[in-house]
Amino acid sequence: MSLELLGGRVLAPYFGSGIYVWGSIITVFMLSLSLGYLIGGRWSVNNPNLFRFGSIFLGGAVLMYPLVLFAEPTMQWIFDRIEDPRTGSLLASTVLFMVPTIILGMISPYSVRLLVETVERAGQVAGRLYFVSTLGSSLGTLATSFFFVLWFEINTILVLLTGALVVMFGVSLVCHRLQLDHRS
Amino acid sequence: MKPGTPALLGLVTACFLGLLAANVDARVLHEERSLYSRILVQQQGSTVCLQFSVRSQQRNQSCINSRRPREMVFAYTRMSMVSLLFTPDPRNILVVGLGGGTLPTAFRDLYPAAHIDSVEIDPAVVRVAERFFQFEASDNLRVHTQDARVWTKRAMRREKRYDIIILDAFNGEYIPEHLMTREYLEETKALLAPGGTLLANTFAISDLYDHESTTYTSVFGSFINFRIPESANRVIIVGDRALSDDELRNRADALRAPLKPYAVPIERFTDYVIKARKARPDWRTTARVLTDQYAPANLLRSR
Repeated sequence: MSLELLGGRVLAPYFGSGIYVWGSIITVFMLSLSLGYLIGGRWSVNNPNLFRFGSIFLGGAVLMYPLVLFAEPTMQWIFDRIEDPRTGSLLASTVLFMVPTIILGMISPYSVRLLVETVERAGQVAGRLYFVSTLGSSLGTLATSFFFVLWFEINTILVLLTGALVVMFGVSLVCHRLQLDHRS
Repeated sequence: MKPGTPALLGLVTACFLGLLAANVDARVLHEERSLYSRILVQQQGSTVCLQFSVRSQQRNQSCINSRRPREMVFAYTRMSMVSLLFTPDPRNILVVGLGGGTLPTAFRDLYPAAHIDSVEIDPAVVRVAERFFQFEASDNLRVHTQDARVWTKRAMRREKRYDIIILDAFNGEYIPEHLMTREYLEETKALLAPGGTLLANTFAISDLYDHESTTYTSVFGSFINFRIPESANRVIIVGDRALSDDELRNRADALRAPLKPYAVPIERFTDYVIKARKARPDWRTTARVLTDQYAPANLLRSR
């Protein structure tokens, strides 16, 4: 959600802040998340483990970071070629946000797979997971729109988000190690 | 009861009745919820006003008096005409933010040969200007219904140049933050012809005053901080710095007659401008510059 909010800011200098810009962003995020859920669910079938789970975070970080470096030239390139700001903003948000958002969407279904131990508990686990992830989204939205934009530059917030993903990767790696040690 | 109380009571009652009368007198001609704001057109006597605000303390955006249609009702509109002191014979004029179309119409009437572009994001505002404020687009006065930032970027690519640029895009409720950044001002600066004048109607209160001031300084070096006692607005002017005080006064002299129907006291304004040219910054010069990366204008405004 934090990324989604920043998306509006990133696009505004080139495509304005009209309702269609938000339409583009929300469309791309929803579409990407839906694909991410599908792929994440599929990927969790074979040999699910914490290392693979953590690598989703790392993938998200690696694919989000280019936003800091290449968002400007990408948008300039699209702006130079597409006159209509609706098409322009839709294309720009696809190019900039689709891939990292797909990756981030993979986290939830993969988490379900790792956390569910019995079928009876599946609903409860999924419920808790939705609770945590949606609560996180709302807090991320609040923190970003009320405070972060007042304290930091957009790129700084993006770097912080990337950093948080890398930390999550590290945490899952450590947990994975501990789990292996525990078993052996 | 203290002796002063009945008088005070009377005064309060009188004020209340006055307000009541004013409200009864105002007739709503048009009300519409557009994509970008709530538009309200009200008539009071011979004056028709456009309002965007949704608060109870409604602020008028643009007014026209049907008996004296050219007369500028608002101080900031009148203040905008000082741009002519710095560029007396403009051939290309850009007005960002249409409102009732008062400024573009005035420029067109004063300089029939000039090309005027006006950028307005809200198609509903354009319709209202045409219907209630005698605004008429023509070959020489074109309205572009587009986001000003996007339009400016396109105009840069077409290498457009303007002798006068007026920035008047803030309707008082919500600030389009991408129109208040260093990058936007740099793009606007690129549209300014050599010797051209940029004039912006901006905010005089809250933290935003400081941030906006430093943002303008970062792009234009210095500017004239034009304020008058009877208005809460402040107008930023970036114009030819080489002009002497006497040259400005001479130009004011020449403008007095043409600007008379618009109720612009150009000579008095010129005195304020001359004074403001020499004034030191009265804002916090260390305030953080607003950029595309850092643009919380609406949050800063509420502080």
